Amino acid sequence: MRSSVSVDKTLTRSGLDIAKIREDFPNLGRSMRGKSFVYLDNGATSLKPRQVIESEVRYYEEYCANIHRGVYEFSEIATEEYDSIRAKVAHFIGAPADGHVIFTRGTTESVNVVMNGWGRKNIGAGDVILISEIEHHANYVTWQQLAQEKGARLEFIPALPDGSFDLNNLDALFDMPVKFVAVTAMSNVTGYKPDLKTIIDTAHRHGVPVLVDAAQYASHHTVNVAELDCDFLCFSGHKMCGPTGIGVLYGRESLLEEMDPFMYGGDMVVRVKRDTSSFKPLPERFEAGTPNIAGVMGLGAAVDYLQGIGMEAIAEHEQHLIEYTLMRAAEFPDLISYGPADHSSRGAIFSFNLGDVHSHDVGSILDQEGIAVRTGFHCAQPIMRLFGIPGTVRASMYLYNDIDDIDMLFTGLDKVRGIFNR
Amino acid sequence: MNYEEDLYKEIILENYRSKKNKGAIEGASFHAEGANPSCGDDLELFLSVNNGVIERITYDGIGCSICCAGANLLCEALTGRSFEEALGIVAQFKGMLLEEQEPDFDDAISDLEAMQGVKKYPVRIKCALLAWNTVEGILNDAK
Ligand SMILES: Cc1ncc(COP(=O)(O)O)c(C=O)c1O
Repeated sequence: MRSSVSVDKTLTRSGLDIAKIREDFPNLGRSMRGKSFVYLDNGATSLKPRQVIESEVRYYEEYCANIHRGVYEFSEIATEEYDSIRAKVAHFIGAPADGHVIFTRGTTESVNVVMNGWGRKNIGAGDVILISEIEHHANYVTWQQLAQEKGARLEFIPALPDGSFDLNNLDALFDMPVKFVAVTAMSNVTGYKPDLKTIIDTAHRHGVPVLVDAAQYASHHTVNVAELDCDFLCFSGHKMCGPTGIGVLYGRESLLEEMDPFMYGGDMVVRVKRDTSSFKPLPERFEAGTPNIAGVMGLGAAVDYLQGIGMEAIAEHEQHLIEYTLMRAAEFPDLISYGPADHSSRGAIFSFNLGDVHSHDVGSILDQEGIAVRTGFHCAQPIMRLFGIPGTVRASMYLYNDIDDIDMLFTGLDKVRGIFNR
Repeated sequence: MNYEEDLYKEIILENYRSKKNKGAIEGASFHAEGANPSCGDDLELFLSVNNGVIERITYDGIGCSICCAGANLLCEALTGRSFEEALGIVAQFKGMLLEEQEPDFDDAISDLEAMQGVKKYPVRIKCALLAWNTVEGILNDAK
């Protein structure tokens, strides 16, 4: 049961009124398996606030029209709204004037746009693509396949046993013919946030561009691509209170200019002759066909929602949650948790195993208690190999989670122990 | 019944913990691998066969309790059987979990009925059946 006298618990030191925030998320009021619903699978996707859902409904009900095409009022409104959300997102991530926001289906597509457009053109036999063993498959398999196709090879930023990076000899890695670096801003398994600034500055000293996978990071932290100085940044709307099927590729103009589009068709051309075509300027050149217009409306509402609450406050609240979680975890001697012990380099993701109980069994018992977690290898088999395990249970938190949710998780784990130790 | 009685009853946990049929068989007559990538179940089966009879059958690998219990029960139930008999038991076991068939196993292998409760938990059915689908492949290929 959610405790009724939880004022001191919900008003965490970030000053956020979590009880009030929870009211914005219709899903949180539901029960699952007959128990009050505890959602701790935010790493997979976040729940959606009413504001986001309503923004999509408003587009469909009030000014549904294609963009960049109609000469009538509703198309004009939709186009204006679409373009203004592009500017809103650029502002949200601190994009500099020579950077562009391209709408995609999500992180996976964003990475593939860069692999196809920049990678295929610039990476050849014998070249090195530098990634890491803690990448999500989206930022791993994509480069692995390009390496196979081109006769290039993958190399890895050295990882320590806890899944953090050893950057001591980073500079020496560039003695290899490194052509491109692709790295995560936050591990979806451990929540580890590498020192991106060092990686990017080092790569740039060697003239190598860097792509950042911010799928996990962007929903919880302030992003400033100008400060970070990355060349590409990818993230997904659905992990940051936005709808599914919409994501972002941020890219530096000088690199985007030399890239081939990933897709061809309408909306991205200026003039089509019999045998040749000329293409629109950036960023539209990379958005062939009718985009996910409703998704963009939802993403705009999600950015407004998160900014209304404040990214700093969200990050601080989650820091409090992960610290509390790790403190509670210490009460369980048979619980092994993965990731760096240093909380300051970690987002609110808690990956663990309980004794020798398989993660699927833990997840299944938690499900019966109304608690949603993810189990298995989380689309990240290389890091599982690094840890020498087949999988983990993952509880990943977001702004609407509170201390009660964490307490219920541990009550659920007590239940798991009860079943397996009898 | 609640999930503790369906999924985590004593007999299932005993079969999950049993090491009796766990490990590889050197020079096995048949060997096959099976995996459920989404949940991390990853098993290998080993059969040693003599004169058309399964003399010994073991499994190795990693799986959840339901998957391993299913594998151990399979090893117990198929030891000493002809391929024909084994296929009959596999069909009955799958029928119990995938269709509306009421199980009617011989007394010697009536423990298999303990898995019937898994039917109520659709995502776990593929765990219970992993070893059974794998052995079915071996038996059909060998026919
Ligand atoms: C770190 C990371 N990268 C990439 C992705 C892929 O995102 P999407 O499935 O939205 O394309 C995810 C999502 O699970 C992720 O956690």
